[in-house]
Amino acid sequence: MDVIIENLPLYWEGFLRTLFLSVVSGIFALILGTLLAAARVSPVAALRGFSTVYVEVLRNTPLTIAFFFAAVVLPRLGVKFEQFEVAAIIALSTYTAAFIAEAVRSGVNSVPVGQAEAARSIGMKFSQVLSLIILPQALRTVIPPLINILIALVKNSSVAGAFFVLELFGYGRQLANANGDAVITVLLGTAFFYLLLTVPLGILANTVERKVAIAR
Amino acid sequence: MSSVLYDVPGPKARRVSLIASIIGGLLILGLLAWVVMTLAQQGIFEGRRWQIFTRADVWRLLGNGLGSTLSAAALAAVIAFPLGLLLCLLRISDAAVIRIPMRIILEFLRGMPVVLMMLFILLGFGTSAFIAVVAGLVLYNAAVFAEIIRAGIQSLPKGQREAGLAIGLTSFKSRMLIELPQAIRRMMPSLVAQMVVLLKDTSLGYIVAYGELLRAVQVMADFLGTQYLFPIFFVAAAIYIAINISVSRIAVWIERRGSRKAAGGVATANTTADLQVGHAGPV
Amino acid sequence: MKAFMSRRKSFVVAATAALALSLSACGGGDSGGSSNPSPVEKPSFAAGTTMEKLSSAGTIKIGTKFDQPLFGQVGLDGKPVGFDVEIGKLIAAKLGIAADKIEWSETVSANREPFIEQGKVDIVIATYTISDKRKQVVDFAGPYYEAGQALMVNKDNDSIKKPEDVKGKKVCSVTGSTPAATIVDKYGAELVPAATYSACLEPLRNKQVEAVTTDNVILAGFVDKEPDAFKLASEETFTKEPYGIGLKKGDTEFRNWINDQLESFEKDGSYKKAWEATAGSVIKTAPSLPAINRY
Repeated sequence: MDVIIENLPLYWEGFLRTLFLSVVSGIFALILGTLLAAARVSPVAALRGFSTVYVEVLRNTPLTIAFFFAAVVLPRLGVKFEQFEVAAIIALSTYTAAFIAEAVRSGVNSVPVGQAEAARSIGMKFSQVLSLIILPQALRTVIPPLINILIALVKNSSVAGAFFVLELFGYGRQLANANGDAVITVLLGTAFFYLLLTVPLGILANTVERKVAIAR
Repeated sequence: MSSVLYDVPGPKARRVSLIASIIGGLLILGLLAWVVMTLAQQGIFEGRRWQIFTRADVWRLLGNGLGSTLSAAALAAVIAFPLGLLLCLLRISDAAVIRIPMRIILEFLRGMPVVLMMLFILLGFGTSAFIAVVAGLVLYNAAVFAEIIRAGIQSLPKGQREAGLAIGLTSFKSRMLIELPQAIRRMMPSLVAQMVVLLKDTSLGYIVAYGELLRAVQVMADFLGTQYLFPIFFVAAAIYIAINISVSRIAVWIERRGSRKAAGGVATANTTADLQVGHAGPV
Repeated sequence: MKAFMSRRKSFVVAATAALALSLSACGGGDSGGSSNPSPVEKPSFAAGTTMEKLSSAGTIKIGTKFDQPLFGQVGLDGKPVGFDVEIGKLIAAKLGIAADKIEWSETVSANREPFIEQGKVDIVIATYTISDKRKQVVDFAGPYYEAGQALMVNKDNDSIKKPEDVKGKKVCSVTGSTPAATIVDKYGAELVPAATYSACLEPLRNKQVEAVTTDNVILAGFVDKEPDAFKLASEETFTKEPYGIGLKKGDTEFRNWINDQLESFEKDGSYKKAWEATAGSVIKTAPSLPAINRY
């Protein structure tokens, strides 16, 4: 226990870095994912094609490979960044966006056909049907799965520790190595800080889920 | 392709769409060409760097890595699914004494990074790397499977359970005979998607030094020299993506078979996973 | 891992020979040949000692790094090679255990102490720096080598000569390693953590970090592979890293016995031979065995 209290500042620093990575990547992933989902159901074949290929490839790529491309291949292409957080955010948000696109698209699917038909019959264009009628309803139903994806994002950010970003898990490993006599305690401490982020999100998901279920 | 989201495009819209598609396609091709050119300038596509793939021991090591990846994933999936089913039944139990602790346990398992669980099992229980990887994957994925199946059961019309109870089935029998079969069928796409996640997560075994595919790649690149890093990595990425896409294809195939019965949503023309409210999401 | 290794065993002899040839042909990074010291015939040990147990079992479990060039690095055949591995083979031979009867298992930095405590390995020879903190949970024989921390920079970089020069600059090292802690705590560098030392090479090449830091011998291995890209900032080291052999705490008999063996390796020249076969291919000045720390 002492080892956790002694190293609280390090844990805290790691926690903040993890939080930062998760929040920024989460926002980018939500925007990109929603755009991809919209492209997936759009009338333009090229957009549909692009979105399909993107989602299919990214969803089937291990995160470590996505990180490798962002942190090692991109600099080779001349995309240089001062901070490796940039690479982590690129990897995490492009990867997570694929999952968000899938969730939003299934949300779109869950909206009854009549909604879209009614919208079109009163003369709405595709962009209006989607943004005013379908997406608001779809988003409500996909909030619980979206939160689950964000939980996964928080946990996935731990992979950044192997790719040049010192975050919570990285600090955990550092402390574990420095305190060979208290490895288990150190890891439990690390787990605690992850749960500090993921458990509230999980509870939120469950609450929203119940609320939505009642509304239907 | 028709969709209820928009009118069938007229000739003008089709023309615009076609032009946009061609321009977009060219842009993407141009970007890809630029990427290849830039990498080629750095000598990454030089023949000598790819000659290592003519060596049998390179393929043997890749094969071993792939074997380790698949065996860990297969064993973890085989254990995690029934366990998830059990956890789900406990989670929706009528008795609060079982339900509430179960909920806490599931929340805990879902909230822990898999890498952390693997490391913890390895160090805390002194297991082998293989066991640590499998156990880490089982614990996490069983929790996710439980959540997916639970969402499936809750998406069923209430009448299903009521009818089951009305004809004299016990609560347990109603779950087993009436609700679960429907819930699992409904959630098949999500379940298979989670299997893909499980397969991919074996790559997190690097943390406990499990000799899976990516680890084999790293070992090779370290041993042969960094000039081979890119070729080896590209090949490994291709292997991974090919395997995962085949598994995902199975999901689509299953879902297509299932969807003949299901009622369609607004984008039924797309062959989509008809996911329900509150499913646990591919995580 | 075990199944993976045992399947490999039949290949080992042929593969090692083939590998040595093919690697020298393509200029790849073989970190030295591997030898097979002949085991002592029927050594006798006092009953009840660890030596006696291992000797009569005919096998020993040794933990080593699989990603540390020149010291412990796994080859394409799944067998580790390097100076640590050679030392392990020499010790096993003294127990009457042939090199192919050694069970190698990979230890990463975080699991060395737990592996020893849980008896998953009998000894750990894994660029394992002797420290007082570690001595609280495990015992160390040796040191059998004394490394020191150094900095590696790009060939064209003349601004970094000594560790004081990296203050506030980005330096790449392995997450949680001792060199990483030193460069941050003592010299105020900004740490860029990587999974392995070799992973630091790309960021250094792309000038996203100014230097890579770890023990001099590891860096020397990288410089040797790519002398046109990298160089050591200075030949001098700024820490002392005595590598010890980790074993179960309290097994003083075993520890003293290993210490005796290490001294005998120095005397009969097998220590020098082991060095020349591995790290000696890069670092020309052969070390002599540091003074054994008997406590």
